[in-house]
Amino acid sequence: MSEFDTLASYLSVAPEIGLTILLLIVLAFSVARREVERAAVPYIAGFGMIALAALPLIFAPGDANSTIPEGLYWGGMIRYDVLAQVFRVMILLAGGITALMASGVRGVGRRGEFYIVIIVATLGMSLMSASADLVMVFVALETTSIPLYILAAFKRDDTRSAESGIKYFLFGSFASAIMLYGLSLLYGFTGQTNIYQLAAFMGSDAFANNLVPVLASMVLVVVGFGFKVSAVPFHFWTPDVYEGAPTPVTGYVSVASKAASFALLVRFFVAVYPETLALSGESLQNFWIQLMAVFAVLSMTLGNVLALSQKNIKRLLAYSSIAQAGYTLIGVAAIQSQELSIASVGFYMFMYTFTNLAAFTVVILFSEATGSETIADLAGLNRRSPWLALAMTIALLSLAGIPPTAGFFGKFFVFNAAVRSGLTWLAVVGVLNAIVALYYYLVVIKVMYVDRSEDEDKPIPVGRQYVWVLWATSLIVIVLGTVGAQTVYDWAARGAMGLFT
Amino acid sequence: MEIGIGAYVVLSAVLFTLGALGVMLRRNAIIVFMSVELMLNAANLAFVAFARQFNDVNGHLFVFFVITVAAAEVGIGLALIVAIFRTKKSINIDSMNQLKG
Repeated sequence: MSEFDTLASYLSVAPEIGLTILLLIVLAFSVARREVERAAVPYIAGFGMIALAALPLIFAPGDANSTIPEGLYWGGMIRYDVLAQVFRVMILLAGGITALMASGVRGVGRRGEFYIVIIVATLGMSLMSASADLVMVFVALETTSIPLYILAAFKRDDTRSAESGIKYFLFGSFASAIMLYGLSLLYGFTGQTNIYQLAAFMGSDAFANNLVPVLASMVLVVVGFGFKVSAVPFHFWTPDVYEGAPTPVTGYVSVASKAASFALLVRFFVAVYPETLALSGESLQNFWIQLMAVFAVLSMTLGNVLALSQKNIKRLLAYSSIAQAGYTLIGVAAIQSQELSIASVGFYMFMYTFTNLAAFTVVILFSEATGSETIADLAGLNRRSPWLALAMTIALLSLAGIPPTAGFFGKFFVFNAAVRSGLTWLAVVGVLNAIVALYYYLVVIKVMYVDRSEDEDKPIPVGRQYVWVLWATSLIVIVLGTVGAQTVYDWAARGAMGLFT
Repeated sequence: MEIGIGAYVVLSAVLFTLGALGVMLRRNAIIVFMSVELMLNAANLAFVAFARQFNDVNGHLFVFFVITVAAAEVGIGLALIVAIFRTKKSINIDSMNQLKG
C-alpha cells in the first residue's frame, strides 16, 4: 500500500458500503405509507444481506493481499485477506438469515427499526473481521456491541427482555472498558496503533526486561475477547441474555458476534504476540496458549455440565454455546500447528453459524406457535411436525459432533490441530466433553421423538420464509459434513496462511 | 515544575482501578454506568499522555473515537436504564433477578 489505490481501497470495504446502502433502503421502506411496502422490509433486509455475501467472493482479495503491507487499506485500518473474506461471507449470511428468521416473530417482526439495527450490527462485525488497527478494533467492537444491546432489549415492555438488555449492556461496556485500557497500554509501549507494527516495537531492546507490563496488557485484552466469545470465566451474562432476548436476537448473538470475535481474536494475537516475540527469555506466545487452553477447558466443562440440568431450550442452547466456544478455543490454543489451528477455528465457526441458526429457527417456530420455551413441551414434535423435528435433530447432532453432519468435521479439525501442536491432553478433554454433551442433545431428541403429548394433532404453522431458512441451513450442515468439508477447510486454510507473513 | 509521563500513567491507573471497583461494588445501575465511563476516561488519559510522550498524533485521534463511542454508549445505556425502571420501578442491580438458573 505504497500509494493510495482508490479502486482497491473501496473494494476492500465493498460489503460495508453495500450494507450502508441497504440500511438506507430499509429505512425508506420501513416508513413507507403502504402496508405492503412495510411488509417487504424483512425480505429486503434478509435477501439484501444474503446477496451482499457474494461481494467478498466477487471482489476476492488477490494473492498479494496475503502479505504485509500489500493487504492493508485505508491507512492501515483494514486488512483485506482471505481470512477476512471467509468471515465476512459467514457473517453476512448469518445476518440475512436472522432477518428472515425474525420476520414472523410477534413484537419484533413487523418493526422496521429492528432490521436497521441488525444491519448496523452486521456492519460492525464485518469490520471486526478485517480490523488491522487498534482504533479500528475498538470502533468495530463497539459498532457491533451497541446495536446488540438495543436488540437484546428490543421488547422493552417485556421485563425479561429489558433485564437481558441491561445485563448485556453493563457487562459488555465493563468488558470493553477493560479491553480499551489494555489497548492504551499497548499504545504506550510502542507508540504504534497498527497491530502489525506492535510486535516489532515490543521486541526491541528497550523492552527486553519489561515482561510484567506486557503481560498485564495481554490479560486486559483477553478479558474483552473472553467476554465477546462468552468463554468461562467471563460467561456470566450469556445464559441470562440468551434467555431474555427475543429469540432471533439470541440466535444472532450466539453465532455472528461469536464468529466475528474469533476472527478478530486470532488476527490480533497472532500479529501482536507472535511466536518470535520473547521478553526476558520468555516466549509471549506460550502465555496466551496457556490462557486459551485454560479457558477452553473451563468453558467446555462448565458449559456442558450446567447444560445438563436446564429446562428451558434457549438456556440449554446458551450453555451449549459456551461449550462450543470452548471447543473453538482449543483450535486457538493449538496455534503452534500454524495454519491448521486457524483453519480449524474458521471451519468450526462456519459450520456452527448454520447449525445454531437452524436450531434457533425451530425454537422460534415452536415458541411462536405454543408460547412455550420449555424442553418438556417439545414432546411429540415428531408427530406434530415431522420436518421440524428432523431439522432440529440435524442441528442437535451437528452440535454434538455426530457424522454425517458438519459438527463432526468441526470437532475433528480442532482436535487434529491440538494433537499436531502437542496439546494431546486438550484434545482428550475435548473428546470427553463431547461425550457429556451428547447426553443432553440426545435428551432433547428423545423428547421430540419418543415422548407423547396431547397436542399431537396440532401441527406447528411454518411460514414460507422459514421453510427456505430450514432447508438452506440443514442442507449446508449436511453438505459441510460430507462433500463440502474439504472445500471450506481449504478456503479457511488459505486464509490462515495470510496471518503468518 | 515539569510533570513527567509517570505521574499521568499512575493517575490513569488509579482512575481505572476506582472505576473497576465502582462497577463491582456499587448496586445502583447509574453509578455502575458512571464507573464504566470513569474507566473509559482513564484509558483516554493514558492515550493522551502517551501520545504527548511519543509526539504522535494517533493517540490523540484514538481519544476522539473513544469519546464518540462513549457518547453513543451513554445514549443507549440511559435508555436501557429508563426501560428497566419502567418495568421494575427500581434500578438496583440486585432487583434484576428474573433471569437465573
